[in-house]
Amino acid sequence: MTAPTLPPNAELKNVTEQAYQYGFETAIESDTLPPGLDESTVRFISAKKKEPEWLLDWRLKAYRHWLTLKEPTWQNVTYAKIDYQAIVYYSAPKSKKDGPKSLADVDPELLKTYDKLGVPLHERAALAGVAVDAVFDSVSVATTFKDKLKSLGIIFCSFSEAVQEHPELVRKYLGSVVPISDNYFAALNSAVFSDGSFVYVPKGVKCPMELSTYFRINAKNSGQFERTLLIADDDSHVSYLEGCTAPMRDENQLHAAVVELVAHERAEIKYSTVQNWYPGDKEGKGGIYNFVTKRGACRGFRSKISWTQVETGSAVTWKYPSCILQGDESVGEFYSVAVANNRQQADTGTKMIHIGKNTKSTIISKGISAGKGQNTYRGLVRVLKGADNARNYTQCDSLLMGSDCGAHTFPYVDVKNQSAQIEHEATTSRISDDQLFYCRQRGLSQEDAINLIVNGFCKEVFKKLPMEFAVEAQKLLGVSLEGSVG
Amino acid sequence: MSAVANATIVEIKDLHARVAGGAEILKGISLTVKPGEVHAIMGPNGSGKSTLSNVLAGRTTYEVTQGTVRYLGEDLLELDPEERAVRGVFLAFQYPVEIPGVSNVQFLKSAYNAKRKHEGKPEADAVEFLTLVKRKVKELGMDDKFLSRAVNEGFSGGEKKRNEALQMSLLEPKLAILDETDSGLDIDALKAVAEGVNRLRAPDRAMIVVTHYQRLLDYIVPDFVHVLAKGKLVKSGDKSLAMELEKKGYAGIEASA
Ligand SMILES: Nc1ncnc2c1ncn2[C@@H]1O[C@H](COP(=O)(O)OP(=O)(O)O)[C@@H](O)[C@H]1O
Ligand SMILES: [Mg+2]
Repeated sequence: MTAPTLPPNAELKNVTEQAYQYGFETAIESDTLPPGLDESTVRFISAKKKEPEWLLDWRLKAYRHWLTLKEPTWQNVTYAKIDYQAIVYYSAPKSKKDGPKSLADVDPELLKTYDKLGVPLHERAALAGVAVDAVFDSVSVATTFKDKLKSLGIIFCSFSEAVQEHPELVRKYLGSVVPISDNYFAALNSAVFSDGSFVYVPKGVKCPMELSTYFRINAKNSGQFERTLLIADDDSHVSYLEGCTAPMRDENQLHAAVVELVAHERAEIKYSTVQNWYPGDKEGKGGIYNFVTKRGACRGFRSKISWTQVETGSAVTWKYPSCILQGDESVGEFYSVAVANNRQQADTGTKMIHIGKNTKSTIISKGISAGKGQNTYRGLVRVLKGADNARNYTQCDSLLMGSDCGAHTFPYVDVKNQSAQIEHEATTSRISDDQLFYCRQRGLSQEDAINLIVNGFCKEVFKKLPMEFAVEAQKLLGVSLEGSVG
Repeated sequence: MSAVANATIVEIKDLHARVAGGAEILKGISLTVKPGEVHAIMGPNGSGKSTLSNVLAGRTTYEVTQGTVRYLGEDLLELDPEERAVRGVFLAFQYPVEIPGVSNVQFLKSAYNAKRKHEGKPEADAVEFLTLVKRKVKELGMDDKFLSRAVNEGFSGGEKKRNEALQMSLLEPKLAILDETDSGLDIDALKAVAEGVNRLRAPDRAMIVVTHYQRLLDYIVPDFVHVLAKGKLVKSGDKSLAMELEKKGYAGIEASA
């Protein structure tokens, strides 16, 4: 389905035109590899990280497989061809010893960056409830609350650290949800991933705090290849928050992360993302390409994985957080807000693969298109033969601001078991002049009115976010849609 | 005469307006409203009642082609809709608009705080605000549940109009314009809304009550009644004019004008 072209709305136009607020760059000396990719690049990264033999072999296998693949073209997005030889595959902030032992050891420039972004780490440490594993230029440089988590047996560390400290866990689960052969970008990530986060929650443990990672992209031309692996053992609970804003820049930057989640029996994983990478200027120049593979496996009986995402940034987004519902009575959820403004293109959605019996999935997708933005929802609900009584509910709502943008919906359904119940609802609406005038007649500025209406549209998704994240998400939405009015 | 008696809330002079590029709808309206007064504007469908209401509130769909409007000493036509609102111009809509996902209480609070901001006051304390708004809800014979529902979404016609009255009583406007507030109301709701409006009547406030039927004027008794026909005020009088209209109908008035 493609939304009809709607009449122009001049009032909305200038409101949705606003320059990126968080554009700045931090001057930190980088230990940077020259651009280019071949086997020696892969070996360099692995050696730099002092990885065991098996991991190097795994990377090389991925690299060789990647060489046989072609970049996918099925998505509803267009972008300048990526020159993979022009990308820098390794860059790390210079550290005096082997990395900072505490915040006092962290580069003050870096701390300033976080301050500008409104992420005062030193305050966050005091603000009990959130542990931050900050990723900066592909290497984690600050970690908090580790001890508290340690006492519960929870492992929350950088991926590199996990490779050193818990190789058996990494080896067991790495690539078990997203195999190296999964897709072009996943194969590339597997070959050259720099760092990321690792979480293991042991049996019966309910993680008492939200685990949070702030991703940043900083060094020039450095492709960012994050790798996240999160395992929730039987009867455990964990809520993970991922968020980012990024410096202003000129060249397009590729970001190809892989996130793997594993939920064992009765375990629950809640994975929330608020994403605000630089979307490019009004012409789309300089924005981030965000090609991410996120997938969760509900392996155990009654396990549950819930993805919530608010996507406001990137020039091009290609992202389908998915759930493989293997365990009987397992539950998958996907709640998404995606914004495409100016020349942004977002092709996002989810896949729910029902394998176990009595499995249930819910998909709530809210797409907002403004300016010349193109927003595509692409969803797949697959019910395999053995998945008796599978249920899915899908709701796709599109909000259009202005006449030059587009909303597209591609809901694929593939059912091999007759007992399945699949429901799909879709709406397309736009902010009407009537709504704007009504709000303004009550004293709200045009910007506040738009904010209010858009936040109302996204409410079902926002209420799934952890409280403090919901506030941040509303702000980000404001930043990406509000404008130069007044 | 005292300064208060001299002051005007709004002074409309020879106002002409049209939908941008279209034919003229308002064809020279002049009306002066002083503090404490309630003016009723009556007229058949299509005579321009809503257009006049919307033009006063600043709706950009309409283009003013001639005339002036002064409001509390300012050129009203120069102000954006939200600037008019925070200065005390309130329009109770003929067709209140739905805003899905936005709770009524959130909407009310945003409006209330916008006005406070203009007045240089800090944002209302959450508890204080809730106490205030719950009192207003009760006065209008409404249920608290009303507050958590999305703005006008799935509201009955009567609920929408009560909601307009609730907003008005919370924002305490200097100039309230009620556009067919009686339409779609049963007699109980009509009484509740009229009581709400009457509670707001004060020596420093004024109201323009727009209606097709004189029924509403039994409850909100106007000081002046004007008849609007084909974009012009063709006759003015006191409330007995409303009774005359009831008897003769608009055809009679238009003919005798
Ligand atoms: N937005 C508009 N677009 C086109 N015509 C309009 C618009 N608003 C009002 N009109 C026309 O102006 C005239 C007066 O309308 P209105 O002010 O709504 O009358 P009333 O409220 O008295 O019923 C009608 O002929 C109506 O069709
Ligand atoms: Mg009308």
